[in-house]
Amino acid sequence: MSNSAGTPGEITRRQMLRRIGLTALVAGPGAGLLSACATGGSPAATSSAAPSAAAATSAANPFGVAAGAPLEVVIFKGGLGDSYATEVHEPLYKKAFPKAEIKHVATQQIAQTLQPRFAGGDVPDMIANSGTDLMDNAALQQEGQLLELTELWDAPSIDDPSKKVRDMVAPGTVESGLITGKPYVMNYVFSAYGLWYDAALFEKEGWAPPKTMEEFKTLCEAIKAKGITPFAFAGKNASYYAYWMILISAAKIEGNQLLLDIDNLVDGAWTRDSVKQSAAAWAEIGKYMDKSFEGLIHTEVQTRQNQGKVALYPSGSWLENEQKSQTPEGFKYALTPTPSVTAADKLPFEAIRAAAGEGYIVPAKAKNPKGGLAYLRIMLSKEGARGFTEKSGNITVVTGAADGLELSPGNASLSAAQTAAGQNIVTYNSFEGWYKELETELRKQTNALMFGRISADEFCEKMQKAADKTKADSSITKQNRTV
Amino acid sequence: MRHGKYPFIVGFLFAPVVLYVVFVISPYIQAFYIALTNWKGISANPQFIGLENFTRLFDDEVFWAAVRHHGVLLLVVPLATIAIALFFSFLLNLSGGQKGGQMTGLLGSKFYRVVFFLPQVLAVAIVGVLFQAIYRPDETGVINSLLAKVGVEPVGWLIEPDLALWAIMGVMVWQAVGFYVVLFSAGMSSIPRDVFEAAALDGAGRFTLFFKITLPLLWDTMQVAWVYLGIAAFDAFALVQVLSVDRGGPDNATTVLPLEIWRTAFNFSKFGYASAMGVALFFMTITFAALTLRVTRRERIEF
Repeated sequence: MSNSAGTPGEITRRQMLRRIGLTALVAGPGAGLLSACATGGSPAATSSAAPSAAAATSAANPFGVAAGAPLEVVIFKGGLGDSYATEVHEPLYKKAFPKAEIKHVATQQIAQTLQPRFAGGDVPDMIANSGTDLMDNAALQQEGQLLELTELWDAPSIDDPSKKVRDMVAPGTVESGLITGKPYVMNYVFSAYGLWYDAALFEKEGWAPPKTMEEFKTLCEAIKAKGITPFAFAGKNASYYAYWMILISAAKIEGNQLLLDIDNLVDGAWTRDSVKQSAAAWAEIGKYMDKSFEGLIHTEVQTRQNQGKVALYPSGSWLENEQKSQTPEGFKYALTPTPSVTAADKLPFEAIRAAAGEGYIVPAKAKNPKGGLAYLRIMLSKEGARGFTEKSGNITVVTGAADGLELSPGNASLSAAQTAAGQNIVTYNSFEGWYKELETELRKQTNALMFGRISADEFCEKMQKAADKTKADSSITKQNRTV
Repeated sequence: MRHGKYPFIVGFLFAPVVLYVVFVISPYIQAFYIALTNWKGISANPQFIGLENFTRLFDDEVFWAAVRHHGVLLLVVPLATIAIALFFSFLLNLSGGQKGGQMTGLLGSKFYRVVFFLPQVLAVAIVGVLFQAIYRPDETGVINSLLAKVGVEPVGWLIEPDLALWAIMGVMVWQAVGFYVVLFSAGMSSIPRDVFEAAALDGAGRFTLFFKITLPLLWDTMQVAWVYLGIAAFDAFALVQVLSVDRGGPDNATTVLPLEIWRTAFNFSKFGYASAMGVALFFMTITFAALTLRVTRRERIEF
């Protein structure tokens, strides 16, 4: 052995490696860094609403927006695109306030873009808080970051100054944006939820959408015999489509009080018979799925429906628009309500979940919050809403704004379903936004139930346990709703 | 000349040290503080709540599932990676016998070296997307379509709770092997060739050469590799995020701490609790690294 104590180069290489190793050791658990430089200094208190404070209110300008105050609008550029903002609402705002400069920001990552700005106190004036990476509205409200929208809902409508804005929108719209009993979120898009199918295919095969779960099973057999997967959802990122169905069915059995009780974390709400019956019925339908759907994402499964490989798909009314580029000629989207589970269901088969979705918020500490309110009021005008429907293909909460527009097959079916449902509306779940941990658990357990790893009873018990945990967690602010 | 030495060194060190303190050390210190608060990530005035976040960790089912997974990762990923990398680098460098007094690798070893290193060059997100296609659970997946050719039913690589974590570990090993092949190759080429010559003269075969000569003389390098891979086993965030069912599923079967930290902070708006998890992870990593360096310490062979 050549005992030459190592050449200098040799030592350097080893020591280098070791040093890099130690550096990595210090830099390795980088996750601890995620909240970097977060609570450093208090944000500059100077940036609050000073510049736009003073301007007289008038019939045309009920909030007293300062004419020259610039407006910054942040739009979630997802399924709805952002041309409805750049080509409809922003020009309308510019028309109302010609001296105002509008800054338009489009992003797919609302939270990543805005969370640091909220922490730093430099916030925009209006935010389309949507998408997978939306910010937690309840948390924002709790920190005093959201502007209360009562002033907006009570303002005179642009189309008919004798009426308030709140009277121009679909019932339940204002209520859907309540946090701790006050309106903070303007939900704009009118959505209905149910099972989507290709009306052309069903007509060709002589299938009718099922009215009861028994019929649903019989239909599933018939569809399966044709080599088509009867029912599907995507477990990898869209199991909430399936839990919506479970909760809608449960609400049809017991009535909307169930959804209120679930939201209000009432003891034992998840273990009630209605939830058990619904979960058991849907688990039966789950058996007709292909196991592999658990590892696929929503667009992959949706595209299979467009290819005629999947018959019924649970989703909301944005589906048609989302799949536009994939939908083949002759494919006709149609919506059917969730089938009745028992003969004694409180709500009829025709009952449908309809809700206002896609939240828009005005930050309380914006530089031009009045401008943000005025922008929302413009969105809620007939002209603004109509333009939105034209650009995005979605119907808004503004009643009658889409009248006379030529509707797509899906939207036409949606409006027919709404007419059939009448007053029989299944309401929404607020816990999805209020208690994210509960929602995450529900996603997990829904996959486990629908792909046959747990029984309906286990599903209910696990969810009740998660709800109890949320209820007992002092660090989560509890919400309540009565409507 | 000599009196100018220190300002010269300080001049060089100043900028990196400042950067390191600002972007690495200070966030760490902040994370320790945030872990003791109920900060929600939005306002600038978190409340101090003592050790509540840490006591909460004790009965957090998901946290312990993640810790268990790190235990499995810690055993499997370094062992498998080091074993495979050692085998390959031995084949590449030393197994071809002697040529002109120089140990050589197999025929075409330069080509293989490039092939092995390739995954290391790919960003981990790209590797994730690649393996989405490879592991796709239906018959359109790369592996499953091959299996279908021999009449095997599609395997749910990432959707079977018992299989998912192993599938992800497979990706981690696949990606890491190339780098350690290069690292061990460097180590092997620094072993003096007279050692091999002497052993070969004494009639040692490839097997003996590997276990009696190469392995002991590579010990330092392997120790470093072990620490590196261990730290990688405490991460796995990106692959789990991209590949697993609903980020950590099915049924928590693949979740890891960095993922839960991310989810707790950015989905649940519990930055305080997430920081507590981060602090726990920090101590686990430190403990692991210190233990590894201590336990594997051996008498160094000088040559």
